[in-house]
Amino acid sequence: MATYYSEDHEWITVEGDVATLGITQHAADQLGEVVFVEQRETGDEFEKGGEIGVIESVKAASEIYAPLDGEVVEVNEALADNPGALNESPEGDAWIYKIKLSDASQLDDLMDLDGYKALIG
Amino acid sequence: MTDAPKRTPLFDLHVELGGKMVDFAGWEMPVQYPMGIMGEHKQCREKAALFDVSHMGQVILRGENVGEKLETLCPQAYATLKEGKARYGFFTNEDGGIMDDLIVSNAGDHYFVVVNAALRHQDIPHMQANLDGVEVTEIFDRALVAVQGPKAEDVVGDLCPAARELKFMETTVAEIGGAECRISRLGYTGEDGYEISIPEADAIRVSKLFLAHDDCEPAGLGARDSLRLEAGLCLYGNDIDQSTSPIEASLSWAIQKRRKEEGGFPGAARIQKELAEGAAKKLVGIKPEGRAPARQGVEIQSEGGDTLGAITSGSFGPTVGGPVAMGYVAADQSAAGTKVNLIIRGKAQPAEIVALPFVTQNYKR
Repeated sequence: MATYYSEDHEWITVEGDVATLGITQHAADQLGEVVFVEQRETGDEFEKGGEIGVIESVKAASEIYAPLDGEVVEVNEALADNPGALNESPEGDAWIYKIKLSDASQLDDLMDLDGYKALIG
Repeated sequence: MTDAPKRTPLFDLHVELGGKMVDFAGWEMPVQYPMGIMGEHKQCREKAALFDVSHMGQVILRGENVGEKLETLCPQAYATLKEGKARYGFFTNEDGGIMDDLIVSNAGDHYFVVVNAALRHQDIPHMQANLDGVEVTEIFDRALVAVQGPKAEDVVGDLCPAARELKFMETTVAEIGGAECRISRLGYTGEDGYEISIPEADAIRVSKLFLAHDDCEPAGLGARDSLRLEAGLCLYGNDIDQSTSPIEASLSWAIQKRRKEEGGFPGAARIQKELAEGAAKKLVGIKPEGRAPARQGVEIQSEGGDTLGAITSGSFGPTVGGPVAMGYVAADQSAAGTKVNLIIRGKAQPAEIVALPFVTQNYKR
């Protein structure tokens, strides 16, 4: 199962034509303590680069941007009651969406782990 | 601001403690330490926290009848401020707006004034130009540290017994670890505590003496902001500014009776009129019902969809355990219990107007 990374500090794992999307540990650390997550609903369609949600920390609100085109097939409902999970396990239990990909070739525009590590230094 | 941010005497300590440094009003300040804003906030509410507030302007006023002369710039009764006492106040402009808020202490042979960091450049020339015969001296060689929280009396009092004797809004000079400090029992967190002016050369050493206490941890600007918001205290530039009057800002408590009656301060016409007839808008507490924080600028609407005003400060209140905000609404819609909607990212979120503060103030009177 391959993992890809976006410049907006998201990770994407792909199984078949369904991708799981979340934010990286680095992003979570930068945001600080998360107190609220605004998510889209199942069935919503994402367009690459579009805003697909908001994460609010004590400090500020930060938008989430779609790294790919796709349609939401599952929303991680647990984040509504426990937004702090995004600080605890952003690359594990605290995934944000499962998305049915429209165009798998868009994965080629994303980074691998080494590329992402180079980005964050 | 194009200049490189300035550093306070505690800069090296912030770095040593792992502070995350940001530019705030031209100063390189810690927004948080490794504990994080929530932890630092709770530390202050439950035990004690140490904040660097050296970016604020410390000013000495010397001369004859300084208190009387300050009354020409401020609507507070500074002429009758007793030696050893401090009082919150503000400079008003001719239109009755607030130029800055400040703390004035009567230190006996002089007055000690603390003003906001971003307005030092305005306030000091303002006092120099308008306080006739008063020597106005800005202090650059002292740090200002706040130790706040229910354990602050132990943290400071263990090193300086005189601090235990002070009551809320009292000030004195005493030695801490051999350094001569001005210790004032006040702050801006809603908790008991002190603001302590320390000679620059002793600032890190004395701060470390406070931090050596088991109950004291460093806290940054992030926690300072969430603490003051829960305590219902205004932040200049957000909640009050040159256009807002003290009456609109629900600060009439800070204008003493004699001054309300006599006037004689800039903008008295508007302020006395609003005292008599009420202001058109009013700063109120706002409690969102959901979890989404309502930030500065969010529109406040009536349940019927009319615009009532806007949020001026809003965040997550760690002690409240949910979002908290302040904002201005039309005076006839400002009663506690009024249901409103907050327009957050285009969606109406229900909220209620509530009495301030969100958290009971815990001062030692």
